[in-house]
Amino acid sequence: MSEINAEQVAHLANLARIALTEEEIEHLTAELGQIMQAVEKVSEVATPDVPPTSHPIPMQNVFRDDVVGDILTVEQALSGAPESDGSRFVVSAILGEEQ
Amino acid sequence: MARAELMDFDEALELFEPVIGLEVHVELNTRTKMFSPAPNPANSEFHGAEPNTLVAPVDLGLPGSLPVVNGEAVRNSISLGLALGCSIAESCRFARKNYFYPDLAKNYQISQYDEPIAFEGSVEVELENGRVFQVPIERAHMEEDAGKLTHVGGSTGRIHGAEYSLVDYNRAGVPLVEIVTKPIFGGEADAPALARAYVSTIRDIVISLGISEARMERGNLRCDANVSLRRRAAAGEPAEPLGTRTETKNVNSFRSIERAVRHEIQRQAAILAKGGTITQETRHWHEDTGTTSPGRPKSDADDYRYFPEPDLLPVVPSRELVEELRAALPEPPAARRRRLKAEWGFTDLEFQGVVNGGLLVEVAETVAAGATPAAARKWWTGELSRLANARETDAASLVTPADVAELAALVEAGTLTDRLARQVLEGVADGEGSPQQVVDARGLAVVSDDGALVAAIDEALASQPDVLAKIRDGKVQAAGAVIGAVMKAMQGKADAARVRELVLERAASTGADA
Amino acid sequence: MSEHLIRLTAAQLGERLASGDVSSVEATRAHLDRIAAVDGAVHAFLHVDGERALDTAADIDRRRAAGEELGPLAGVPIAIKDVLVTEGMPSTAGSRILEGWVPPYDATPVRRVREAGMVVLGKTNMDEFAMGSSTEHSAYGPTYNPWDLERIPGGSGGGSAASVAAFEAPVALGSDTGGSIRQPAHVTGTVGVKPTYGAVSRYGSIALASSLDQVGPVTRTVLDAALLQDVIAGHDPRDSTSIPEAWPSMADAVRRADVAGLRIGVVKELDSDGFQSGVRSRFHEALELLERGGAEIVEVSAPHFEYSIAAYYLILPAEASSNLAKFDSVRFGLRVTPEGGGTVEQVMGATREAGFGPEVKRRIILGTYALSAGYYDAYYGSAQKVRTLVQRDFDAAFAKVDVLATPTAPTTAFKLGEKLDDPLAMYLNDIATIPANLAGVPGISVPAGLAPEDGLPVGIQFLAPAREDARLYNVGGALERLLVEQWGGPLLDRAPDLSSHEMAAAEEGVV
Repeated sequence: MSEINAEQVAHLANLARIALTEEEIEHLTAELGQIMQAVEKVSEVATPDVPPTSHPIPMQNVFRDDVVGDILTVEQALSGAPESDGSRFVVSAILGEEQ
Repeated sequence: MARAELMDFDEALELFEPVIGLEVHVELNTRTKMFSPAPNPANSEFHGAEPNTLVAPVDLGLPGSLPVVNGEAVRNSISLGLALGCSIAESCRFARKNYFYPDLAKNYQISQYDEPIAFEGSVEVELENGRVFQVPIERAHMEEDAGKLTHVGGSTGRIHGAEYSLVDYNRAGVPLVEIVTKPIFGGEADAPALARAYVSTIRDIVISLGISEARMERGNLRCDANVSLRRRAAAGEPAEPLGTRTETKNVNSFRSIERAVRHEIQRQAAILAKGGTITQETRHWHEDTGTTSPGRPKSDADDYRYFPEPDLLPVVPSRELVEELRAALPEPPAARRRRLKAEWGFTDLEFQGVVNGGLLVEVAETVAAGATPAAARKWWTGELSRLANARETDAASLVTPADVAELAALVEAGTLTDRLARQVLEGVADGEGSPQQVVDARGLAVVSDDGALVAAIDEALASQPDVLAKIRDGKVQAAGAVIGAVMKAMQGKADAARVRELVLERAASTGADA
Repeated sequence: MSEHLIRLTAAQLGERLASGDVSSVEATRAHLDRIAAVDGAVHAFLHVDGERALDTAADIDRRRAAGEELGPLAGVPIAIKDVLVTEGMPSTAGSRILEGWVPPYDATPVRRVREAGMVVLGKTNMDEFAMGSSTEHSAYGPTYNPWDLERIPGGSGGGSAASVAAFEAPVALGSDTGGSIRQPAHVTGTVGVKPTYGAVSRYGSIALASSLDQVGPVTRTVLDAALLQDVIAGHDPRDSTSIPEAWPSMADAVRRADVAGLRIGVVKELDSDGFQSGVRSRFHEALELLERGGAEIVEVSAPHFEYSIAAYYLILPAEASSNLAKFDSVRFGLRVTPEGGGTVEQVMGATREAGFGPEVKRRIILGTYALSAGYYDAYYGSAQKVRTLVQRDFDAAFAKVDVLATPTAPTTAFKLGEKLDDPLAMYLNDIATIPANLAGVPGISVPAGLAPEDGLPVGIQFLAPAREDARLYNVGGALERLLVEQWGGPLLDRAPDLSSHEMAAAEEGVV
């Protein structure tokens, strides 16, 4: 299972939107293989009868009242933007498809 | 793009059985968003706000920001689940759906994955021809909407050829409930109509619950239609396997839903009949051409890497809450239809006209706003449906039930004739304001000043002495010519019955004077 | 005067401020002077806002003069780990991708610190997005351990620990996802507390792994940590995972510290040959001291702790890969456009390639893999099961004892660069601290002395059941008192004088 090849790493980089260089992919392929081999140790004890824990402190039904609270001004919203037109964020052309 | 080859619909039905599946996204009209205290633009009060003015840090995915669930949205989702005949989860969770897109501020959508809040339901849907279907519901789950992209440059304003895009995150985080049907078999030739009637029923349900503005032209209700075709088995042979499905997105009016399903059946049939294969893909509906075009095929890029949202805790609806919400449910649409038909005293034909037009809610709300059932039906199924057809949209997107009730009252009071009322409706549909405002602005009110009418009548009588003579001889039907002339002179802004009365009166007195 | 002021604990300084014989402006200026003198060598800070700090201090002095009732830490300066967002002050999380970003809001712990009248000096250095155990992964250069400038100050919160150890700030805020508060405390001879998960709001803490992250105090004494936890802990409706119940005073727990009758469990799996000899010897000496103070020392077993690192390095990258997706060049932070322009996808890819360092990329790819279709059950799903098993180990142990004790980390501070090329070796630093994050329980690291073989600080870690943070302050406070008595003064009194180190470091730099 820990066999990871460069093609897989390139695919993961694409999913994660990181334009890794060829050298990085090569390097990471080797490293990931080692790391995965180490972390696969979890399968030794993760038997079907053990329930998963996703929250360390069990709580439930944490809700907010439907009341308008603090929001940002448009100036605050755009203050960190690399590019805006004064009211909206500007991004370069999208070639993919709308989701 | 090349126009797809289509097979004749009836021929397609002979060879294939259509199987449809529908995903409807409902924007809830809570005051605030699903996970942030920012005002919700899907609530009428905040609709149309300037870009990026309805955002809290979490709506922009600002570093460090955290979501908190809107309890009202959860209650509304449970109510909707119950109205869809679903079971409500004992416990359910939110999950992150990971994909990059510039309208998705965090680059993951908080949704529900393997633990929806509601599942396994059924909705009764009645078609125009009276057939009744039980549409099986797979699940209804809570999630958040994405922001809005505007593509700039290029000729079409569409994504292709655009030079850059603008992002407004007001819509990001609007509470959504996604309702997913199971595959619907047996629709046969009615499959397109069934798809339309189903969405119309969902709309009736959310309106009666009061949980969504349900205005399709605003995207409060959005539909994705899955269509596949199954080759009919020869007699005595086992059933053929299900075909590959396509998912048509961006279908945002009742009319389009029916057309899109029909188009997809015809398109797929043409391909399959020639021995081709259907690509599993999303397709985009184009309202203008009535066609679909391919989107991206399903691929590895659809690896959404779902995992339980660590920033949010499980939702565990108490059985008391579920029963409380169940007790507060409005009548199911089918029962409601039966009751309203009786209350309104419509004939089968009249009532069917309302239902088929998807106008039940509109008529009911118009009656609730004070109009008589007859008047409400007349305007919605008559002039408004004609207008909607001409404008290729839904009648409900043109005017509100309150507008129609106001109009009916103006007609009732004699302020408007039917003819004038039709002009007023056009004005309202064009966004000129309420009926009264249109009447005032366009000067469309009936001339009820007898003085002006008498002057016009006297002039008409004087210019047509032969007619006057006939009237005086008791040939009352001759008055029609004078009435016509007077109505023309008044530009239609007169009540014909009153004009007739006055014509006879003046003919008599004019005669006496002569 | 100013040398004296920086040597005061926060509690002492608070008392002096309250009595009026020192002003907050004087105290703040003393710390700013110290930063100016030694931070060139230590590099604990990424950003210092002296002007705003002095304004805040002057305001507190005015309010105090006007007779306003102020809290025990009002007017006391504080350093903030750069993982916490601060309104009007750059917040980078140690990453190039957030360089220059000025948040429009304050993190809840920062807001509480301000409301308590504390004076924010600036932002401290950290491993990029808190990924690391040495602060070498900061995009803005490493922080140096005040005990030995050739060595790491721990991580990810090396900046906060070093700022406190170097007397640049009396106290600081840190964040702990797998040991990022406790391990730096261990290697710098300071106190670090990871409170119970949910005790301190995560709102405004730039998320690494949402189900593991917890903000906590970084100080020189246990009482200071308690006073600071009393300020920052408490329910926050903006964080769904925030615990709603009220907390007892941690400061009271320290003041009443008494270990008579306390049952302390030693986790036998974390008392092994894998730990440096000086780390183990100081650990056992501390336990003997506690035993003499009336505590009962019991050996307990936690058989699943050995799976903790494996589970942690699946859960953390998985959650981080999703949390870090927001850094995409659209709304804030860096934007890098490929040569000749590109689609938004290409711009995102180029930005993330240029803006993230190698450790961040490594973990994002790892996490993406662990969550991807077909691998979820084997990796992320299994790791979440190990979490259950680790919790069960804690439950079983706490059925027998009141608190657990372990060495905080396997070794004393290692040299910069020593483990940079071996991620797996670096990950082993967290072996004793990670179980607490997986289970959500609180942990404290308290100085236990210097390792005889290298003269570097060693910490001892105590762990308590969830919501029983006060037990940590009790045992930590008691041990600190016994040790300081034995040493004849705080451990940090034995730290080298930084002004001479600064010169030495500069000279070595020439060679």
